[in-house]
Amino acid sequence: MQDLLYFVQQLINGLTIGSAYALIAIGYTMVYGIIGMINFAHGEVYMIGAYTALIAITGLAAFGIAWLPLVLLVALVCAVIVSSAMGWAVERVAYRPVRGRHRLIPLISAIGMSIFLQNYVHLAQGSRNMGFPLLIEGGFRFGAADSFQTSISYMQITIFITTLVCMTALSLFISRSRTGRACRAVSQDLGMSNLLGIDTNKIIAATFVIGAALAAVAGLLLGMYYGSIDPLFGFIAGLKAFTAAVLGGIGSIPGAMLGGIILGISESMTSGYLSGEYKDVVSFGLLILILLFKPTGLLGKPEVEKI
Amino acid sequence: MATQNIKHALFCAFITLLISFPILGLNLESAGTTLELTGADSATIVAILVAAIVVFLFQTFRDSILTAAGKMPKLNRWSDRQPMPQEKRLKLENLFMTLIMISALIWPFIVSRGSVDLSTLVLIYVMLALGLNVVVGLAGLLDLGYVAFYAVGAYTFALLSQYLGVSFWIALPAGALLAALFGLALGFPVLRLRGDYLAIVTLGFGEIIRILLNNWTSLTGGPNGIGGIPDPTLFGMEFGRRIKEEGNISFHDFFGIPYDSTHKIIFLYLIALVLAFISFLAIRRLMSMPVGRSWEALREDEIAARSLGLSRTGVKLSAFTIGAFFAGFAGTVFASKQGFISPESFVFLESAIVLAIVVLGGMGSQVGVILAAIAVTILPELAREFSEYRMLIFGAAMVLMMVWRPQGLMPMRRVHINLQKQE
Repeated sequence: MQDLLYFVQQLINGLTIGSAYALIAIGYTMVYGIIGMINFAHGEVYMIGAYTALIAITGLAAFGIAWLPLVLLVALVCAVIVSSAMGWAVERVAYRPVRGRHRLIPLISAIGMSIFLQNYVHLAQGSRNMGFPLLIEGGFRFGAADSFQTSISYMQITIFITTLVCMTALSLFISRSRTGRACRAVSQDLGMSNLLGIDTNKIIAATFVIGAALAAVAGLLLGMYYGSIDPLFGFIAGLKAFTAAVLGGIGSIPGAMLGGIILGISESMTSGYLSGEYKDVVSFGLLILILLFKPTGLLGKPEVEKI
Repeated sequence: MATQNIKHALFCAFITLLISFPILGLNLESAGTTLELTGADSATIVAILVAAIVVFLFQTFRDSILTAAGKMPKLNRWSDRQPMPQEKRLKLENLFMTLIMISALIWPFIVSRGSVDLSTLVLIYVMLALGLNVVVGLAGLLDLGYVAFYAVGAYTFALLSQYLGVSFWIALPAGALLAALFGLALGFPVLRLRGDYLAIVTLGFGEIIRILLNNWTSLTGGPNGIGGIPDPTLFGMEFGRRIKEEGNISFHDFFGIPYDSTHKIIFLYLIALVLAFISFLAIRRLMSMPVGRSWEALREDEIAARSLGLSRTGVKLSAFTIGAFFAGFAGTVFASKQGFISPESFVFLESAIVLAIVVLGGMGSQVGVILAAIAVTILPELAREFSEYRMLIFGAAMVLMMVWRPQGLMPMRRVHINLQKQE
């Protein structure tokens, strides 16, 4: 019974982290699906989202506003707006001018952007990690009081529900709206959709903005869940989310969700049963194995090399 | 058209404000257990506003500015000059390299101790950049975990000397060979991957090595690192004041000169110089050999190269292994220069710096890469007050280079043969 409760606890932790990874992974997968490049600076956009949310929360607290729903809503809106603006600007400055050149060129430009943004926040806000207030406290507990208890905090439930809402909204947007249809068209054939009158530049910018907005949501949630943020915390999270995107099949939105959850669970199982220090090794190892044996991921379409 | 421009310009200015004001203008400060928000000083606020106005004005008058810029007299008067004939260029390049070599040899004897130490670091970066140049510049494989091989070289020396008491001269080939072996072991499975996937996998590999070094405390000392790495010796002559090992004799006693701590630093510098020069010559040789030609062929067009009978795995693997080999060299020199290493010296940023050097210098061009290594290492030292902006400028420079001059400052020129006119 004890073992089972412990296992369930790891499963819950994994699902929480995994669903937040999935939110970040959407940004990678959508951008890759449309222009075929890895947006290396995406992790930094997520980090900036977390910082903006923290700034908004601190600012509200300074004015004495403490009504929880309002605080969360304002923080969320601020983070989403600033991150989206960042995503748009990054695409405009670093990616649009190099689009269509040799594969390595956008990638190096993206790495440069990532270093730039990291140091931008580092210089403006300092390199020390900032404590993120845990606004949603409490939770449910299962199991006998004198032995191991499985707990689900309200924070974890919030993360899970928010992710579900975002994913549903995104799926509806992609499948029903006019822009969503254009997105799908552009990801199938950029040149052809351009010929058919879709403003592809706008659609690509929109993809970056959507990805950045979801990353900002993840930034707020994970910042609160971990309890502290620093300028480097986007880098590893970005790599993890990229791993999740590749795991599920890059370019596929349900794949990102699935990949995120698998990655989150395997990570929490590693830290639960082996050692927390090796969880990064496991996720990178997983990435390497997936790329070696099934480069298209779990739900991805095989890519045919054209001459 | 004009109103559309103004609308777009307003939007851009607004975005500029959005991305700069919350992060730059509002500073979080931890006061005890809670956080406090303070506004930035007025200079920052003014700078943000000025930036927004500049963006607005540029976007409004974008068309006329770009037309005016197109009409401007060319800044670079030589921009549309014919390229130099090959023999002349090669001669010039050789002359230039000889000059650099001679001045590098005289250098340690005329400058201060600190400058020699810094120059050793520059030479280590030159070695790293020359090695990565093979992988990224010539073979076109983006390796983001290059620092892992550097770490393997450094740790090989540190561990061998700690557990077996091995000296520098044995550890040098051992470190390089072990790094090459790691390159081979990693390269074998991953080289089937496409360019950007390869980049991510190598990045993951680099992180794995660093995490292992950090957590394998019983062997590597974990985050505390390994200290007491011995200095290199010259034919059994030690450079310390006292002799550490039985049977050795110290350098100053042998030559009957007073002890001076700069001897050791100059000696290390000369070792690094010779190794960097060997790397340069070896790679230059390789570039004109069939294997070097096939690296470039594969980079330019993989399908065409394969259909002409080149083995993709073999060619890529050779580039990867040779690149790793030189990183191992650099790592060993680094370990003996520092005398102490810890996983902190081998973070992803190091890989990014070496990559930036290769990109700035011009992928594939050896002279360019050497000059870029010197510039990237020396400039931050010269402008110490800006040193915290170093990485910011790095990132921006990488983006700008890719946008404006993806071929680098001194692009590679391929050696070719001019056809003789038939009589």
